Amino acid sequence: MSDGHTQFEDYGSNPGDPLPMLPDHVSHGRFERVLRARHFAITTEIAPPDSADPDEVLRRAALFDGHVDAINATDGSGANCHMSSLAVCAILTRVGYSPIIQISCRDRNRIAVQGDVLGAAALGVCSVLCLSGDDVSVGDHPEAKPVFDLDSVSLLSTIRTLRDENRFLSGRPLDHAPRLFMGASINPFAPPLANRVHQFAKQVAAGAQFVQSQYCFDIAMARDFMARSRDLGLTEQCHVLMGVGVLASAKTAKWLRSAIPGVHIPDAIIRRLEQAERPKAEGRAIAIELMQQLAEIEGISGVHLMAYKQEEWIGEIVTQSGVLKGRKPWAAPHPLIPGAPSPATVN
Amino acid sequence: MYKVRLWSVKHARGMERFYNAINPAIVGTLKLKNRLFGTRFDGAVTALEAKGKALFFDCKMCGNCVLSSTGMSCPMNCPKTIRNGPCGGVRENGHCEVKPEMRCVWVAAWDGASRMEKGDAIRSVQFAVDNRSKGQSSWLRLARDE
Ligand code: SF4
Repeated sequence: MSDGHTQFEDYGSNPGDPLPMLPDHVSHGRFERVLRARHFAITTEIAPPDSADPDEVLRRAALFDGHVDAINATDGSGANCHMSSLAVCAILTRVGYSPIIQISCRDRNRIAVQGDVLGAAALGVCSVLCLSGDDVSVGDHPEAKPVFDLDSVSLLSTIRTLRDENRFLSGRPLDHAPRLFMGASINPFAPPLANRVHQFAKQVAAGAQFVQSQYCFDIAMARDFMARSRDLGLTEQCHVLMGVGVLASAKTAKWLRSAIPGVHIPDAIIRRLEQAERPKAEGRAIAIELMQQLAEIEGISGVHLMAYKQEEWIGEIVTQSGVLKGRKPWAAPHPLIPGAPSPATVN
Repeated sequence: MYKVRLWSVKHARGMERFYNAINPAIVGTLKLKNRLFGTRFDGAVTALEAKGKALFFDCKMCGNCVLSSTGMSCPMNCPKTIRNGPCGGVRENGHCEVKPEMRCVWVAAWDGASRMEKGDAIRSVQFAVDNRSKGQSSWLRLARDE
């Protein structure tokens, strides 16, 4: 790569090898490098397949090539069964992608979680997102037993203990600590609005180095939250990536708003989609505008793009938004899967 | 009881004062009991604590009581038993994502904490419950630990 961004691309002959660790970094990962270098970062989510076929994972990831800095591998999101986040991440790291493993507290107790954290690091995962998780009652196995032995903040503390104190919660020492860049999720758009920033402060106190937010469709609220975060000095300790959603239609937007608690979509956005001749294109235009506006807010380090079932548009959206200012994120060095779908473009 | 629980949060400051006032007496009495009778009556003390705290807080006897750091709203009533909440799923009306008929335990907690003198304790990070303590009396532990 000769575009001046070799700092993020210095993999050896095998793209799956860990990058050399830079001074003051906690992980070997490219995602941490991008954020610490103060570049505006883009992350997105991969929908884990309902399949045991690894190629399906690579096929889905190929759509993000050269457009995102890290890919979140969801962990039974919505309390539905899919391929595990650990397996998705292992498939991705093998070929050089930079995944963020999501760990939810719903399905595993502290014994299983610590084991998975070590395993993930061993498999080349460099970033982790700690979540409480959706309740089993909303998923496709409502009869399952919810675990919730830890919550997301205790999970952060747990991983920090493994990484920085070189030991299990029990005190038993580790031979080799997991080098993980730690993150959590925030939702500045749900009650109790005035206290969300204090919740964020607790996550930072427990070790969060980056946070990704729930869908942001309300710039005023995002500005307000960021002002409070800056006042508490949180943006100096933690990178904030705001969630940006790509809405397919007014109907989807209304459904999201009513069916997923914690999702806040102002009426103005719904009206725009209703009045648009081509709602899908309008949904993308909204996402692009939001990205541009968020990039202007002091303290925001990037955006987390959620384009469920519209993943093929991610590249186009990122390019059109211009938020990367010409920087090109990592792309697989050669086609990994013959016949992989290519990203969509506007005709 | 749900209604009483909401009342307790609304009166978190009064609860805090009342608790601070009676706590030394309770712990003192229990220390005396321990000295005189050892572990006898532990069962009765535990049952009494469970009854009282169940009435006011819907206490689940997790044995790791943090009410004074959670605005007098018991986190064990959160369907995800989150100890550092709330989660991201709170509804627009402040109710729980899992149990829409219930006010989010953590919306209540931050509200209660704002009324308390030492409400800022809610800002410190709590670790997960020690499951071995389930069903044990927090008062007895205080009396023995001190
Ligand atoms: S909405 Fe509140 S009470 Fe319900 S699961 Fe989330 S934190 Fe717990």
